[in-house]
Amino acid sequence: MRDTRRTAWSVAALTVAGALALAGCGSSDDGDTPESTSDMSVDPLTPIKLQLQWFTQAQFAGYYAALDQGYYADEGLDVEIVEGGVDIVPQSVLADGSVDYAIAWVPKALASREQGAEITDVAQIFQKSGTLQVSFKDAGITTAADLKGKKVGNWGYGNEFELFAGITKADLDPATDVTLVQQQFDMNALLGNEIDAAQAMTYNEYAQLLESTNPATGELYTADDFNAIDWNDEGTAMLQDAIWANSEKLASDEEYQANTEKFIKASLKGWIYARDNPEKARDIVVAQGSQLGNSHQLWQTNEINKLIWPSPDGIGIIDEDAWKQTVDIALNTKNDQGATVITAEPSDDSYTNEYVEKALAALKDEGVDVTGTDFTPTDVTLEAGGK
Amino acid sequence: MTDLATSTSAPVGTPAAPQRARSGRGRRVAVGLLAVVLLAVLWELVKLVVPDTGGHVLGASVLPRTDDVAMPHVWTIGQRMLEPETSAVGSPTVLSAMLQACWFTFRVALAGWVLGSVGGFLVALLMQRWTVAESALLPWVVLSQTVPLIALAPLVVGWGGRIHIGSFEWQRWMSVALIASYLAFFPVAVGALRGLQSPPAAQVELFRALAAGWSRTLLGLRLPASVPYLLPALRLGAATAVVGAIVAEVSTGTKGGIGRMIISYAQSASGDPAKPWGAIVGAAVLGLVAAGLVSLLGLGLGRYRHAEVS
Repeated sequence: MRDTRRTAWSVAALTVAGALALAGCGSSDDGDTPESTSDMSVDPLTPIKLQLQWFTQAQFAGYYAALDQGYYADEGLDVEIVEGGVDIVPQSVLADGSVDYAIAWVPKALASREQGAEITDVAQIFQKSGTLQVSFKDAGITTAADLKGKKVGNWGYGNEFELFAGITKADLDPATDVTLVQQQFDMNALLGNEIDAAQAMTYNEYAQLLESTNPATGELYTADDFNAIDWNDEGTAMLQDAIWANSEKLASDEEYQANTEKFIKASLKGWIYARDNPEKARDIVVAQGSQLGNSHQLWQTNEINKLIWPSPDGIGIIDEDAWKQTVDIALNTKNDQGATVITAEPSDDSYTNEYVEKALAALKDEGVDVTGTDFTPTDVTLEAGGK
Repeated sequence: MTDLATSTSAPVGTPAAPQRARSGRGRRVAVGLLAVVLLAVLWELVKLVVPDTGGHVLGASVLPRTDDVAMPHVWTIGQRMLEPETSAVGSPTVLSAMLQACWFTFRVALAGWVLGSVGGFLVALLMQRWTVAESALLPWVVLSQTVPLIALAPLVVGWGGRIHIGSFEWQRWMSVALIASYLAFFPVAVGALRGLQSPPAAQVELFRALAAGWSRTLLGLRLPASVPYLLPALRLGAATAVVGAIVAEVSTGTKGGIGRMIISYAQSASGDPAKPWGAIVGAAVLGLVAAGLVSLLGLGLGRYRHAEVS
């Protein structure tokens, strides 16, 4: 009898001890988080946290390149890049002070501003929208007007407003003239012919289509098999990835102001590196632990470059017309529930070109090409499954 | 030590009893394996019977698509797991990446499970000791489980992000473990409370008649009596801790675990459909392993398990 009891206690004790030991091991895993090598410099680097909207992928190649190439360290910044997740809202994380800067789409950030997040767009990295509405060629959908009577997939959650603005602009009623379908984050619904047109980012989901096998031919699908509505052409594009900063600190904290300029400068330099060395930028991202394949990441780097370059005014400048168009759509386009992104004009501190202009001037002094006038995208061949 | 609590327990074991127990355990493992095989057969059967486009009733989809993109063959999934993750040089196979991710999630879930179980048990003790505490706390315990996890996850990450105590800095995995513990805590608290309250009045009164205090009654009577309730609760807690860890990883984007892996693999769901299924298999296996390991806890507590309830 006593023996059983002793066994019971030892099993329990062992389990607890084991659990604690294992839990302790967990902390040794944080070696994954990117940290710049700061041992070399004499001055202590200023720690800065950047919140991404999603996992590590080439969409953020410029920041990873800046980290890898030591551009942040050159500016005296010790930048930690924090990956996003399904439920992480970068602009909220920024507003509550957990991070110093965040990457977010303009319309979503404007909506958060209206709910009280005090944030400012300090550099508009992507000049163009990367959202497409893709369909099979035989469906004959080449403009928003062709969506009439079709089953149209969209992601919802604020990702749908370019589509709704496009439909509205084509004199269709989003509520009655099209059948809207909530779409998953893969392209199986389009490939399975469940929907006629699917929402896709040029740099991600569209590539997934081209990485899939066409059961009719046994080969991969090609761009000739699809039509894509580009919202930039339809005139309902909205601004996407931008660097957002904390408005309050920007107004009062001089050190933060200086850091903002430095951070933008190094980030822009990273993006310029990604433009000039797409393959190396891809390798940097893959080395950061992205689980997407090589060809997919190179495709993504190339497509992202197309969204940024050429930037006639210099990379990161917030174009007033594009900003106005984004705000107009956000203010006036109703989705199928009758909601708009925002209900009032955003206040004046919603964006500023002050810091990006200074950063660009500094970069120009270094002799860096900040406009990419002669940028030519490369041709990327996708492999099956993006491997 | 007197054995009042267990004096009514099963008759002293005959030599045949452990033998029977062991063969019974062997059969359970065999049945478990058979269930896995059956699942694979069922999967293939569905693929064979249901048309590729799925089942539709009056235009509404009632059965999922069964083509190779939506439901790859079991052997395709198996084969894919043995191939490298990506074409990058030095890329591990899906299987080894998956096992590594499972190991990460397992440790986080374990930390959560231990935290949740200890917390749940302490709450149960409190509620058993003072009836007032029970009336006050139990509704909150139940209420705690109605808060959706995905609403909670960003909050926990947000709070954690601002914790700096000396050189200690809050890590993302700690948020995940905390969320896992939040789920594991519930079944343990409820199960332990039921267990601690399970001794019949006659036994409690006997202890009182012998002038045994609360702690003496707890150690001699209530704790042994709670074992049959506690073990299933711990097992349930282990499964929910794993689910909690996976969902929290997805939610917070914590790197390294199986939940995160499912989402990142899902991005190749159209072009490389077998790959995401590999990660899903991993998550399922992890849940089974976690629950199975807790059953091992019960091995040393055999004599208290005469009337296990679940």
